[in-house]
Amino acid sequence: MNMEGILALTGWGGLRWVGPVELFERGPVWLRDWAVGWLPEGAKVWAEGLIPAVAVLAVFGLLFGLATVAERKLLGRIQNRPGPNRVGPYGWLQFAADGVKMLTKEDVVPRSADRVLHFLAPIVMLAPVALSLAVIPYGRDLVAADPRCGLLFFFAVGSAAEVAAFMAGWSSRNKYSLLGAMRAIAQMISYELPLVLSALTVVMMAGSLSLVEIVEAQSGYWWGVIPRWHVMTPWGLAGLLLFMAAAAAASNRAPFDLPEGESEIIGGFMTEYSGFKYAIFFMGEYFGMFAVSGLAVTLFLGGWQAPLAVLEAAPSYGWFFLKLGVMIAWFIWVRGTLPRLRVDHLLNFGWKYLLPLGALNLLVAMVWRGLGGWAFPGAGAVRWLACLAMIGLPAILWGRLLMRSRGWGPRVYRYAS
Amino acid sequence: MLRRLVHCALCWTLSMAGVAGLYILAGAEFLGLAQLIVYVGAVAILIVFAILLTQRRELLSIERLTAGSWVTGVAVAGLVAGCLWIGLAYTRGLGGAGGASGGPALETRELGELLMGRYVVAFEVAGLVLTVALIGAVILALPFEQPREASGRRADRPAAGEGWDARRQGGQGA
Amino acid sequence: MSVEGAGLIRGFIETGRNLVGSYVDPRRWVTVQYPEERRATPENSRVYPFLVYDGADPEEGLRCVSCKICEKECPPQCIYIVPAQDERGRPRKHPAIFDIDISVCMSCQICVEVCPFDSIKMDQAYAWDREDRFGGLLLHKADLARPNRYYRELHPAEARVVDEHLARERELRESGVRAAVRASLPGSGEPGGGT
Repeated sequence: MNMEGILALTGWGGLRWVGPVELFERGPVWLRDWAVGWLPEGAKVWAEGLIPAVAVLAVFGLLFGLATVAERKLLGRIQNRPGPNRVGPYGWLQFAADGVKMLTKEDVVPRSADRVLHFLAPIVMLAPVALSLAVIPYGRDLVAADPRCGLLFFFAVGSAAEVAAFMAGWSSRNKYSLLGAMRAIAQMISYELPLVLSALTVVMMAGSLSLVEIVEAQSGYWWGVIPRWHVMTPWGLAGLLLFMAAAAAASNRAPFDLPEGESEIIGGFMTEYSGFKYAIFFMGEYFGMFAVSGLAVTLFLGGWQAPLAVLEAAPSYGWFFLKLGVMIAWFIWVRGTLPRLRVDHLLNFGWKYLLPLGALNLLVAMVWRGLGGWAFPGAGAVRWLACLAMIGLPAILWGRLLMRSRGWGPRVYRYAS
Repeated sequence: MLRRLVHCALCWTLSMAGVAGLYILAGAEFLGLAQLIVYVGAVAILIVFAILLTQRRELLSIERLTAGSWVTGVAVAGLVAGCLWIGLAYTRGLGGAGGASGGPALETRELGELLMGRYVVAFEVAGLVLTVALIGAVILALPFEQPREASGRRADRPAAGEGWDARRQGGQGA
Repeated sequence: MSVEGAGLIRGFIETGRNLVGSYVDPRRWVTVQYPEERRATPENSRVYPFLVYDGADPEEGLRCVSCKICEKECPPQCIYIVPAQDERGRPRKHPAIFDIDISVCMSCQICVEVCPFDSIKMDQAYAWDREDRFGGLLLHKADLARPNRYYRELHPAEARVVDEHLARERELRESGVRAAVRASLPGSGEPGGGT
């Protein structure tokens, strides 16, 4: 690799020959060191905090724009139509046109609204979500902040979203806004528990609350081919499924987008928002989706780890964003496929199904660790299947029991068939 | 000052977030973040809903403060600020040496080991009390069977109330 | 008993098939790319009326005789006609002003049905976006006049019947038999009735 090496500036003042692998892998860090090196001593500590923050916001700001276009395009394709394809090459600059439209729109505030809270709500919605992006490790050395309690930080700042939803709904002086806010809060509180429970399983197995260490705990390969990601274990697989279901609800994504529910309560707590305030809510929602997707990638899908040893030549942040893209595509696909739930179904699903299974999954993870000492031939497969059965069978049976007690089942349409 | 109770609740939330910030600055990261989750995420919402569900409107606005209460308020605020100032001024090491840059007083792991080891009885009893409170709340919220002679109007409502029961559990349990 | 999640998976397969299929096979598309690509309008579609003229001159060739029947019949009253006058102040069989406000017109085709001279017909052009929503949507005589050729393109079958009828009329008028026919067969000389 060093044969085709190129001259690179490694940090401030250090020039040496590096290979392309190292260049791409370390490039962002060198760039930061180089930029910081220009500054006077007093400004360095500020710059070292600001540069990652600006980088994260810029990358995710762009990703937000692209994700809105991608969402509309994929939803269109799912409905057999092309989606936006006018602005820019294949319509990929549509977000710029949308942004200009949002910026130039009139900012309408209802006369009887509580102006201060009405103004603050979008900010309170967006700022914590942007903060939670800080603790996700994007690459081998690319993390804006690595506090010892990274995961706890993620959930702690995320809890401000409930307050923001309430502020928006209450200050608008609109019954639909308040209904939407109540739905949003009920949903966020209910689904935070399964979310935290499935994340807790990972914390227990990795033995750390730091997201960087959780990713490092997933390095290596079984038999050199299967990555040691948590999703490759039964509890990790179940955890990922639980986490994704809860994450869709926590980020108000379909099929759990009741707080918006445009067919029932207009726009939920965003009803009385227009122009750029609405855009900020929108942005907060997408940032929330990116944050939980990034967290799912970090906790279960190995973070920035490559799926195969030979593929480690590609930069680690490339792998992270590839996985993040897959997660976002999954969210879009789900939105294009599943219809919206009813409020009581939503809460029943969260409290009576996801929560017990999340607790059970914790138990399964303990059993998985306990069975790690088995050493007879085929022990791995037996351990895997036993743990899978431990979570899978109760999931099926409990689901059937709940359905039967409610009299739910596949719907039969008497006249339509 | 603030005449709406909801504003007061939101200001209280803000001050709780500020307390969490103080904890984090003092190096107690875990405690600060737990404070955020519990107070900002759950208790604030509980209070706000309690206000919203209060039927009597006259409870929801506070009478305008008189001059005397202004003076008292400012005096108390000054006293608290003075105490804080004195406390901060005479505490060594908060300004950078032993604060966020230094190691925490207690690692999260040690905290967990203490809670699960030495203080396990207190921890479990607290958990038990909270669980009992949770179950009690659920029972209170359950639609109970009306006696025969009473009109059957209330008894036929269970299905409609379900979602809200679940939310109330959330408020108490989170 | 059904397998858990089978319905979900069927749904995901269906949408996934649409997702991939719409890239592979554009025939799946349920929409058209409008300005570039237009669906052919059915022959009987109608939008707003236009005035037919014969010959080359849109002013002199107008079939309209400003009888004002359409103006009176128009339910939303979007037609405004002022007959032309000759030098002695007598009304000519020609409109001086013929305006249709297409922001009011409801495309009912009653003007076409009542016109005895086959001079007003329904157009199929639907792109009427204008910068000015008042003046721009008030069509004057010059905007409304279309050659008979245009009518023939829009409605070939109907236009043939109308043309034959008008030709017979003209023939009768020129041979001077018209009065005699009128006298002998009252009612049969009724013109119009394009179909």
